[in-house]
Amino acid sequence: MSIHHHLSSLYLAQSDSLISFDVEGLVDQFWSNTVDGLAQGSIYALVALGYTLVYGVLKLINFAHSEVFIYGAYATWFTFYALGFRPGPTAELAIFELVGFLLLALLAAVLVSGATAVVLERVAYRPLRNRGAPRLVFLITAIGASFVLQQLIFIWRGGNPEQAIRLLRPEPVFEIFGASVTNITIVIVLASILLWLVADTFVNRTRFGRGIRAVAQDPDTATLMGVNKERVIMMTFLIGGLLAGAAALFYMMKIPQGAAYQGGFLLGIKAFTAAVLGGIGNLRGALLGGLLLGLMENYGQSLFGGEWRDVVAFVLLVLILMFRPTGILGESLGKARV
Amino acid sequence: MSRARFGRVVLLAATASLVLGACAARTEDGGGDDQGSQPQASAPAQAANAADPAGDGNAQCDAGTKLAYAGTINGANAALGQNILNGVKVAIERHNSNNPNCQVELQEFETEGTPDRAPGIVTQIVNTQDIIGVVGLPFSGESKAAGNIFDDAGLVQLTPSATNPALSENGWKTFFRGLGNDNTQGPAAAQFITEELGAQTVCVVRDDSEYGIGLANSITEGLGDKASCQEEVKTKQTDFSAVVNSIKGENPDAIFFSGYYQEAAPFAQQLFDAGVEAQFVGPDGVKDDEFVKGAGDAAEGVYFTCPCVPADQFTEFNEGYEKQSGGKAPGTYSPEGYDLATILLKGIDSGVKDRAGMLEFVKNYEGQGLTKSFKWNEKGELAESTVWTYKVENGQIVRNTEIKPQG
Repeated sequence: MSIHHHLSSLYLAQSDSLISFDVEGLVDQFWSNTVDGLAQGSIYALVALGYTLVYGVLKLINFAHSEVFIYGAYATWFTFYALGFRPGPTAELAIFELVGFLLLALLAAVLVSGATAVVLERVAYRPLRNRGAPRLVFLITAIGASFVLQQLIFIWRGGNPEQAIRLLRPEPVFEIFGASVTNITIVIVLASILLWLVADTFVNRTRFGRGIRAVAQDPDTATLMGVNKERVIMMTFLIGGLLAGAAALFYMMKIPQGAAYQGGFLLGIKAFTAAVLGGIGNLRGALLGGLLLGLMENYGQSLFGGEWRDVVAFVLLVLILMFRPTGILGESLGKARV
Repeated sequence: MSRARFGRVVLLAATASLVLGACAARTEDGGGDDQGSQPQASAPAQAANAADPAGDGNAQCDAGTKLAYAGTINGANAALGQNILNGVKVAIERHNSNNPNCQVELQEFETEGTPDRAPGIVTQIVNTQDIIGVVGLPFSGESKAAGNIFDDAGLVQLTPSATNPALSENGWKTFFRGLGNDNTQGPAAAQFITEELGAQTVCVVRDDSEYGIGLANSITEGLGDKASCQEEVKTKQTDFSAVVNSIKGENPDAIFFSGYYQEAAPFAQQLFDAGVEAQFVGPDGVKDDEFVKGAGDAAEGVYFTCPCVPADQFTEFNEGYEKQSGGKAPGTYSPEGYDLATILLKGIDSGVKDRAGMLEFVKNYEGQGLTKSFKWNEKGELAESTVWTYKVENGQIVRNTEIKPQG
C-alpha cells in the first residue's frame, strides 16, 4: 500500500525532499477535507466578522480580538465546569439537557466575549480617540491589549490548557461522497451561517446598521447628521464580541482542549487573514474568506504535508492580494449600497 | 543477526505467542487490540546505595550557595517542567533540613520551554555568580538554543529530560544528560510497537520541535519498512482534520506521536472521533496526566514509551514529593530531577565552592541514584539507560513493562 502510494506521488527530490506533492492524498481525502475545512472555516468566518466590523468603522485592526475570542472559550469551559461536568470521558446526556446546557454555555460565552470587547474599547481605544491619537498608536495599543488580556489568563490559570470537557461526542450523521459529516460539523456550519446572516441583516437592513455604515463611510458627516458616533463604535465592538463568543463555543465543541491562554493567537491571525482575504470591512467577504481559508488549509496540507499548513494560508493571502489588493469582494462597509 | 540475537528473538517470539494464546483464551473476541496485555513488570525497588541528599548531616558550605532550576514552570507543556522542579525541591529540602550548616538556595528560572526565550534566561543565570550548578533545561529545542551559553560560562547543566541525541554532539563541556537519549528511546519504541503490540504498519506523526523531529527520525529508522506513513503537525495546532483524514486513508495498525502532550491530546481525540482504531503510542513528552485529561475518551488504552523509571517503589521520595507538590504523585522525570539535584548537592557537600569545581566533580562522578547509576562519558551521555513503557488504565498512567533492547 505504501509503495503504491509513493510511486503515484510526485516527489521533487529523493527521499529527503522538503516539498512533496501528494496528489493522490489530495484526491482521496478531498471530500473529508472539504467537510472538515468548512467547519474550521465557519469558525474563522465568525471571528473574522469582528475584525471586519471594527476595521470598517474605525479603520483599526483590533489585534486584541483574538483574546476576546479566547475569553469566550474560557467562559464556555467554566460554564461546563459550573454545571458539574469534569474532564474525562464525554458525558451521556438526554437531547434536551444537551441543548439546554449548550445554550447556557453560548449565553455565557457571548456575554463574556461581548463584555470583554466593550471594556477593551472603553479602556484601551476610547481614551486614545478622545485625544486624537494617530492611527499607529491604536495599532500598538491593540497589540499591547492583546498581550495584557493573554497574560491575565496566564497569571490566573497558568500555561496548561484547561483539561477537556466535552458534552457532545461527534457522531457521523450522513455521508457525502464517502466523507462522513458529524453532528458537530452540521451544528457549527449551520449556526455560523445563520449568525452571519443575522449580522449581515443587522448591518444592512436596520436603522442601527445604517448608523454603523454611516460612521464607516464618513464619521464627521454622520455625527453632523445626528448619529451618535460613540454609541455606534461601542455597538460595533459589542457585535464583534458576541459573534466571537459564539465562535468560541463552536470551537470548544470541536476542540475541547481549546481553552489555553495563547489559544486565540493563531486562530485570531487566521481569522484576520480570512477577513483580509475576503475584503476587510466587508461582512460577506469575512464569510467567504473564512470558509475559503478553512478549505485551502486542509487541501494544502494534504497536498504538501502538515508542516506547510500555515504557509499555505499565507501564500494564498499574498497571491490574492497581488491581484485584488482589497480582497476578493473588496472593502465595502463604508460604500453606500443597499 | 548474530546467533545469540537470533536465539533471543526466537525466545521472545515464543513467549509472545504464549502470552497471546493466553489472551485469546481469556477474551471472547481476542482481536488484535489485546496484544499489549503483557504482564505488568514490577517497579524497581530503591537501591540500597542510592545517593541520599541528606548525607551525614555534617556538611559545611558558605551561606548563599545557590543551585538553579531552569525550564518551563508555567509556559508551554508546563506540567513536564513542574514534575522536574518538584523533584529537585524534594532533594534540596531533604538536604537542607538534615544539614544545618549548609543551606543551599534553589533559584527557579522560567524559560517557558521555548527556544526563543531560553537564551535570555540562561544569560541571566550565568550572570548570577552565586549559582554553581543547574538542573535544566528540560526540552531539546531550548537546550539546543542555550547550551553554548552554559558552556561559555563553564556552568554545569544537568538535563533531566532533553532527549535529542544531537545535543551531546556540540562539544559543550558543561552538558550532562541524566537519561538515555532518543537513539535509545526510538529503537526501543519501535521494538515495543512491532513486537509487543504486534503492529505491522505504523504511522509516525511528528511535531516541528527539535525533540519531535529527532525522535521521529530515530523511531522511523528503527521501524524500517514497518513505518508505513509519516505525517507532520505544528506546535500549537489544534485542528488536525487533514492529518486525521490522511491517516484514516492509510489505516495503520499503530500511530506513534513524536511530540508533546499539548498537541497530542486534541490529536488523539480527533483520531478517536474519526473512528481510527490504530493503537496510539506516545513518547515521554506525552506521558503526563495533562494528556489523559485532555484526550478525554481517547486516553484509555494509550501506551507511552519513556526513558524514565517508574517511581512506585521509591516510598521515601514519594512522600517527600507529595509534601512538596501539595498532594500530587510524582510525574514523568520527577525522580530524575531529584537524582540530578542530589548529585549537585553531593558536590557542594564535598567542598565544591565554584563552577569549575562543580564541573570537575560532575565529570568524575560515579554513583547510584534512585533511577539508575550515574557515570557520564566525555560527551555527557550516560553509559546505562533504560526505557519503560506505560499505559493508561482507568484514567491513570500505570507502568507496563521495561523494554529490554535486543542484540
